[in-house]
Amino acid sequence: MTEQKMTGQNQTDILPPDEEETVPGIQIHNLYKIFGPHPARYVQAVRDGMTKADLNRKHHHSLGLKDISTDLPAGRISVIMGLSGSGKSTLLRHINGLIMPTAGEVLIDGQDVAKMSPDELRTFRRHKTAMVFQKFALLPHRTVLENAVYGLDIQGIPRRDSTKRARHWIERVGLKGYEDRYPSQLSGGMQQRVGLARALTNDAPILLMDEAFSALDPLIRMDMQSVLLDLQKELGKTIVFITHDLDEALRLGDKIVILRAGEVSQQGTGEEIVLHPQNDYVRAFVKEVNRGRVVRLRSILRRKSPERDWPGLRLPGATTLEEAARRILDTSATEATVLSRGGEPRGVVTLSDVMENILTREDEI
Amino acid sequence: MASSCWGLPSLLCNAPELSGSTLRQMRRTIDTGFRDLVRAWSPWIDAVTAPLQKFLNGLESLFVNTPWIVVFVALLLAAYAASRSWKILIGTAIGLFGIGWFGLWQDAMITLSMVTVCTLIAVAIGLPIGILAARSDRAQRIISPVLDVMQTLPSFVYLIPVVVIFGIGKVPGMIAVVIYATPPMIRLTNLGIRLVDREVIEAADAFGSSERQKLWNVQLPLSLPTLMTGVNQTIMMSLSMVVVASMVGVGGLGRNVLQAINNQFFTMGFLNGFALVAIAIAFDRASQAFGRRLQRHSEVRDD
Ligand SMILES: Nc1ncnc2c1ncn2[C@@H]1O[C@H](COP(=O)(O)OP(=O)(O)OP(=O)(O)O)[C@@H](O)[C@H]1O
Ligand SMILES: [Mg+2]
Repeated sequence: MTEQKMTGQNQTDILPPDEEETVPGIQIHNLYKIFGPHPARYVQAVRDGMTKADLNRKHHHSLGLKDISTDLPAGRISVIMGLSGSGKSTLLRHINGLIMPTAGEVLIDGQDVAKMSPDELRTFRRHKTAMVFQKFALLPHRTVLENAVYGLDIQGIPRRDSTKRARHWIERVGLKGYEDRYPSQLSGGMQQRVGLARALTNDAPILLMDEAFSALDPLIRMDMQSVLLDLQKELGKTIVFITHDLDEALRLGDKIVILRAGEVSQQGTGEEIVLHPQNDYVRAFVKEVNRGRVVRLRSILRRKSPERDWPGLRLPGATTLEEAARRILDTSATEATVLSRGGEPRGVVTLSDVMENILTREDEI
Repeated sequence: MASSCWGLPSLLCNAPELSGSTLRQMRRTIDTGFRDLVRAWSPWIDAVTAPLQKFLNGLESLFVNTPWIVVFVALLLAAYAASRSWKILIGTAIGLFGIGWFGLWQDAMITLSMVTVCTLIAVAIGLPIGILAARSDRAQRIISPVLDVMQTLPSFVYLIPVVVIFGIGKVPGMIAVVIYATPPMIRLTNLGIRLVDREVIEAADAFGSSERQKLWNVQLPLSLPTLMTGVNQTIMMSLSMVVVASMVGVGGLGRNVLQAINNQFFTMGFLNGFALVAIAIAFDRASQAFGRRLQRHSEVRDD
C-alpha cells in the first residue's frame, strides 16, 4: 500500500515525524471486563481465545473489554472512538473506578485504581477526576448553579468560594442567565453544557468526557472544542474524550484509541491513523476524512538533497497540508523548508507532494 | 360433620388436630409464660412508658386546653403552609368548624394529638428502616416478610400482646397504632430510594460522594415524592387505627364511635365518623399538595 500512496516520493527519503515526547498519565495494562454473575471464571477462557459471541451463548456472560493496553499521555487529550457498544463508556468508567476490572490494571500516578480502598477511591475521585456523562446525569432537584458546585460541595468547599468558580464556568459554556433554572427547563444541549460546567468547576487534573458534545449543535460544538483545547493548553489537564465523530477526534485528540467489540483496533496519533489505517474497520472510519486538515507537513517531509540549498519558504512541521498548500501557492514557490519542533530546518516538501497527499483517497490505496 | 364424609375414613374427612387437652396445655403454658415474663420486666416497661405517657398527656392537654380559636388558626395556617392552596384551606376550615359546632372539638383534639404523635414516631422509625432495606438486599429480604405479616394480621390481634405487656391506656394504644402505621413508611422509603435514577447515583459516585452525602444530596431528595406518599399513608393508617385502639383505652373520636356501636347511638356514631373523615381528608389533601409542591423542579416554568 505504501508504494502507491507515496507516489512520486522515494520511500527512503521520507523522514519520520519528530513527535513530542509524552509522559504516560493513565496506563492501562491487559484490561479485561466480563459482565455477569461469575466473571472471574471465564477470564482464562477469554484469554485463550473465546469470542464474545461464544461467551454470551455458552455462559451467558457479556464480554465488555478484552485485553486493552494503552498509555494515555499526561496533559494531553486522548480520544476513544468506536461504534456503539464497542466498550467506550465501559473503558472510561474503569479510569475512575465506577467499574472495576475483571483482570488487568489501571495505573494513575503509579497507583492501581482497582486496588484502592473505598476511602482512597473516594479521595481520588474528589480531587483527581471529574466526569461528564453521556446522558448528562444532572441532579434534577438542583438548579444549574447548584449542579455546577456539586463536586465542590462534596469536597466541603464553602458555597461562597464554589459559586464564584461555578459562575465562571457556567458563563464559559454559554449558560449565563440560566443559573437558577432547573435541568428540566433546559434543552438537551443546554443540559449537556451544565454537565460540562459541573466537571470543569471541579478543576480536577483528569477530565473524563463521555460523548460530552454529542447533544450540541455544530456552532456550540466547535466553541466547546475550543474551550477544551484552551483548557488543555493552559492547564495541561489529562483529558479522555469519547466520541463517535472522527473529525472531532482528529481535531481534539493527541492520541486516538479505536475500539472494536471491546478490543483495541488501532491506536496512535490522528495522522498515523489517517495515513496508515491497519484494518478495514479503521479504514472505513477514515475514508471520508479531509486529509488536508489532518495530515501535517512533518509526516510527509523528505530529506533535502545535499547539493541544493534550503528553499526560502519555511514552514513549521505542524502545518496542515491545506495550510501549507495555501502558503506555498501564495508565495508562488514550488517547495518549502519544513522546520523541526525546535525551529531547525529538517526537510523539504514540494507543492506536488502536498497536493498528492491531500487528494489521496483511502479507497485508492 | 361426619354426615358429609362421602364415605371417607375419619382421618381424611376431618382435618387432623391436636387433642383438646394438648391444645389447652399449650395455650396455658404460653400465656402464663408470657405473663410471668411481663411481670418480671414490668419495672423496665414502666420506666420506658412513663415518659411517653407524660409526653402524650402534655401534648393532649396542649391541644385541648388551648382556646379553640388559637388551635383553629394554627391548623389552618399549617394546612395552608403545606399546600399553598385556598381550596384546601377553606375545606379544612369548614371541616374544623363543623366538628366544633357538633360538640366534638375536645374529642377531635385528643384524636389529633394522638395521630400527630403516632405519625411522627412511625416516620421516625420507618424512615431509617426503609433506608436500611434500600441499602442492602439482605436487609430487604428479612424486613419484607415481616412487613407482610404486620400488614395482613388483623389489627385487633396485635392489640392483645400490646395489652398484655403494657396494660390498658394511651401508651399501649399508641404502640399499637405505631406498629400498624409504620409498614407503609418502610416500604415506600425502600421503594423510593431503589427507584432513584442509576445514572444520577453514578454521577454522585463519580464526584466522590460518601454514602451519607449520597443519601442526603441525591437519594432522599429524589425519592421525596414516594416518601411523601409514605407519610400520607402513615397518617391515614394512624387515623383508622386510632378507632381500633380506643378499645384499649385511647380517648377521642374513636371512643365515641366504639360507644355508639355498643349502644346503637346512630347519630353519635355517624357524627364522630364524619369528624374522622373530615380530619383524614384535610390531612390527606394537605400532605399530598405538599408532596407535589416539593416537586416543583420537575415542572416546566416559563419565565
Ligand atoms: N452492566 C452491564 N452488564 C452487562 N453488559 C454490559 C454492562 N455494561 C455494558 N455492557 C455491555 O458492554 C458493551 C459495551 O458497552 P458500552 O456502554 O461501553 O458501549 P459504548 O461504546 O459506550 O456504546 P455507546 O456509543 O452506545 O455509548 C455492550 O455490549 C454492553 O451490552
Ligand atoms: Mg457509551
